[in-house]
Order: sequence, then C-alpha cells, then structure tokens
Amino acid sequence: MELVDEVRKGSVRALAKLITFVENEMPGGVEAMEKIYPFTGNAYIIGITGPPGAGKSTLTDRITKELRSQNYTVGIIAIDPTSPFTGGALLGDRVRMQGVSSDDNVFIRSMATRGSLGGLSRATSDTVKILDAYGKDYIIVETVGVGQDEVDIVRTADVSILVVMPGGGDDIQAIKAGIMEIGDIFVVNKADRDGADRLVTEIKMMLGLSSTEREWTPPIIKTVATEDQGIGTLVEKIKEHREFLVKSGTLAYRRKERIRTEIIKIVEHEIYRYMDGLIAENKDLFEQRLESIINKKEDPYLLAKQVIEIIAKRISRNTSV
Amino acid sequence: MNQDRRIRVLVAKPGLDGHDRGAKVIARALRDSGMEVIYTGIRQTPEQIVDAALQEDVDALLLSILSGAHGFLFPRIMEILKEKGLGDILVLGGGIIPEDDVPELKKLGISEIFGPGMSSQTLINYIRENLSQG
Repeated sequence: MELVDEVRKGSVRALAKLITFVENEMPGGVEAMEKIYPFTGNAYIIGITGPPGAGKSTLTDRITKELRSQNYTVGIIAIDPTSPFTGGALLGDRVRMQGVSSDDNVFIRSMATRGSLGGLSRATSDTVKILDAYGKDYIIVETVGVGQDEVDIVRTADVSILVVMPGGGDDIQAIKAGIMEIGDIFVVNKADRDGADRLVTEIKMMLGLSSTEREWTPPIIKTVATEDQGIGTLVEKIKEHREFLVKSGTLAYRRKERIRTEIIKIVEHEIYRYMDGLIAENKDLFEQRLESIINKKEDPYLLAKQVIEIIAKRISRNTSV
Repeated sequence: MNQDRRIRVLVAKPGLDGHDRGAKVIARALRDSGMEVIYTGIRQTPEQIVDAALQEDVDALLLSILSGAHGFLFPRIMEILKEKGLGDILVLGGGIIPEDDVPELKKLGISEIFGPGMSSQTLINYIRENLSQG
C-alpha cells in the first residue's frame, strides 16, 4: 500500500487519495487501515455538534485559527448530509472556513453521510486515523447539524463540544435528553443576540438536574464566532479538559471504550455487507418470501434466522484454516 | 456492500465577482443528480481553489466567472493545478465567457466552456461521460 507510505512522508495528495480510497470502501482499504493503525493515537480529537445554524463551521474556523496561532497543525472533517433521494450531497462548510482554508498546515475534508448503515462513523473514524497518522496535532470533526440524537460523535472524539444559539425558539428543545449528556463543553454562540444569558442559565439548570456525579463540570462559554469573541477561552477550556482527561485516566478509558465500540461497528458493518450481498444474490427468492411474509404465511423472524444461519456458514467457510 | 464510486465535484468562483446564483443552481443540479458537490463560496483565489480541489480529492472542477477575468484567472488556476500534480482533474468553465476566448481556454486544458442557457442535464452528462473515459 504505497499510499500509506506517501501519507507518512507528508504528501497531501496521498492523504486526500487515501481518504477517498477508504471512504469508497475500495478493495485494499482494510489493509491500508491496518497499516495506518500503528501510527495513530497522537492527535487530539475535538467533536463539534449542535443544531443547524448554530455556527459550527465558523466556530471550527476560529478554533483552528487559534490553534494555528499556537503552532499546532489541524485536520478538519466537515460532515454534511447526503440526500436520501438522490444520493448526492452539497458540502458547503468550507465556505465558512475561509480563514484557514489556504493554510498549508490545515487540511479540510468535506464528507457526506452517504446514508449507509454505520457508514458515517466508519468513514469518519477511518479519516480521523489517517489524519492522525499524517501527523495532525488536532483533528476537529464537525458533525452534520442535528438536534436530538447526535451521540455518535462521542464515540469518535476526545472532547465533545455542543454548540447552541439563542433565539432558536424553545432554546433548550435543541439540546434535550441524550444530546445534553454528551457535552464536555457547551458553547452558546451568537451570544450578542438576545436571550444568550437565559440560555446559559437554562443549560446550567439542566446540567445541575442531572443525577450522575460528575468529576468534570462542563463549562458553558459564550462566543460570537464571527467577531472572534470567546474563542481564546474556548480553546483554553479544551486544553483544560484534555488535562483533566489525562490526569484522571479518563482519556485512556475513553479511548479504550472507543476501540471497543469500533470493533463492534466493524463487525456489524461486515455482517451487513454479507447480508446485503446475500439478499442481492437471491433477489427473486427473497421477494417471494417477502410476499408470503406480507400475506402472513410466514413470519420475518424465521427468515431473519435463516439469513443469519447462511451468513454464519459463509463466514466460517471463509475463515476456516 | 461496495458502494459505487461517488463523483466528487468542486464548484468554485474565482475572482472578485460576487454573483453566485448560477453557481449555486449548478451545484444543486449536480447534487440532485447524485454527485457530491463541494461549494467553496465567492471570491476565491486560484490558490484557494486548487488547495480545496487537492484536499477534497475531486474528480471535476467547475469554475464560474462573470467578471471577465477568466483570461487571467483560468491560466493561473491551470498552472497551479499542474504544479501540484492535479493535471488529471476534469476542469470546466462557465459563466459569461465570450466565444472568441474559448479556443484559448481549451488550449490551457480546460475541457469545455458552458455558457448561459445550457441545460443542467447537458453538464451532468458531460461530466459523467468524460469521467468514465478517464
């Protein structure tokens, strides 16, 4: 796998190509990742999530600028949704990253969700590893703007930053339940707008209500990213949090958990691929059985069981020594 | 499941003109045809555009220009592309570009110039056909 060697030597072209290679699941992609893996673990991974319009891209731009002024190199993965209807995607996050887009020490990659099962997290975590092995000090993953269930980021990032803004109607609506629990740092962006202080109070209250004992109390930072306000404080907090993670041993724990989840994801994905292939090969038969399930002559559980049996047989045949 | 290779396209507006309605319409049409379109926004320098094309590993680069500066900006972009070893990217131009200028631009390695009135489908077909050959 020459691409990996080129990446290690610092070729930006190879870096970009390798990401495409892995993202497209080209044959040899797994081997490339196997070769990359030993070189990973040095970068610090920042996840940025929050509802659309909260200013994630601008914030990413400004955080990067701040990190660059401290001489760190930065990799950015900016994720946007794939249209479920056409499979196409419009990736526009670069527009708001003009401040850093022509810095040689910043590498920005736009990534579409591509809608495949587990596909996003797989491609994203592979890309994180590639940027890590390439030698980036910090890697920022800017997630697709969703409000209520974006918890995947936690499995990829060392620190999760949740960005919200005042004036989004029922403010706290955007950050309820699951998503509230993933924030290591909260950012109230566009804090020059009315309602910023109220939003801070609301977040504080929600954090206070949480019953779990916390060693780290998530700070809430007000920023106006477009005006460069609060960015220095935010980057300080990111570093403080990193120190806390290292000292408390949480970083090691998190990374271990991440690997655990990742292995499960890889297995899931492989099984999914087997299943997909199996169904495609036996399309007619599958359709027939589907009909009889719809007509209540059969049930989905039996068919599922049979599919699993066939997959298990196939896998054992492939891996038998 | 081995996914089909997605066509990745960069839509960029070099130079100083700030009118990007056309570029956005094109970007959207390409997205709707199933491509991954990276849009970089207005007022891009040739260096910024080539950097984006490099990092995003795009198959095609679409340059939209209305200001009349194509005679200066396009050659510069083609030059940097080649310097960075990106000579294999399919480069297309669009916007307001006089017929008389087209042969010169093609000599630089720009594959085709699409002017106003062209249907999005023509462009989509062109990209698909020319990429599958390459």
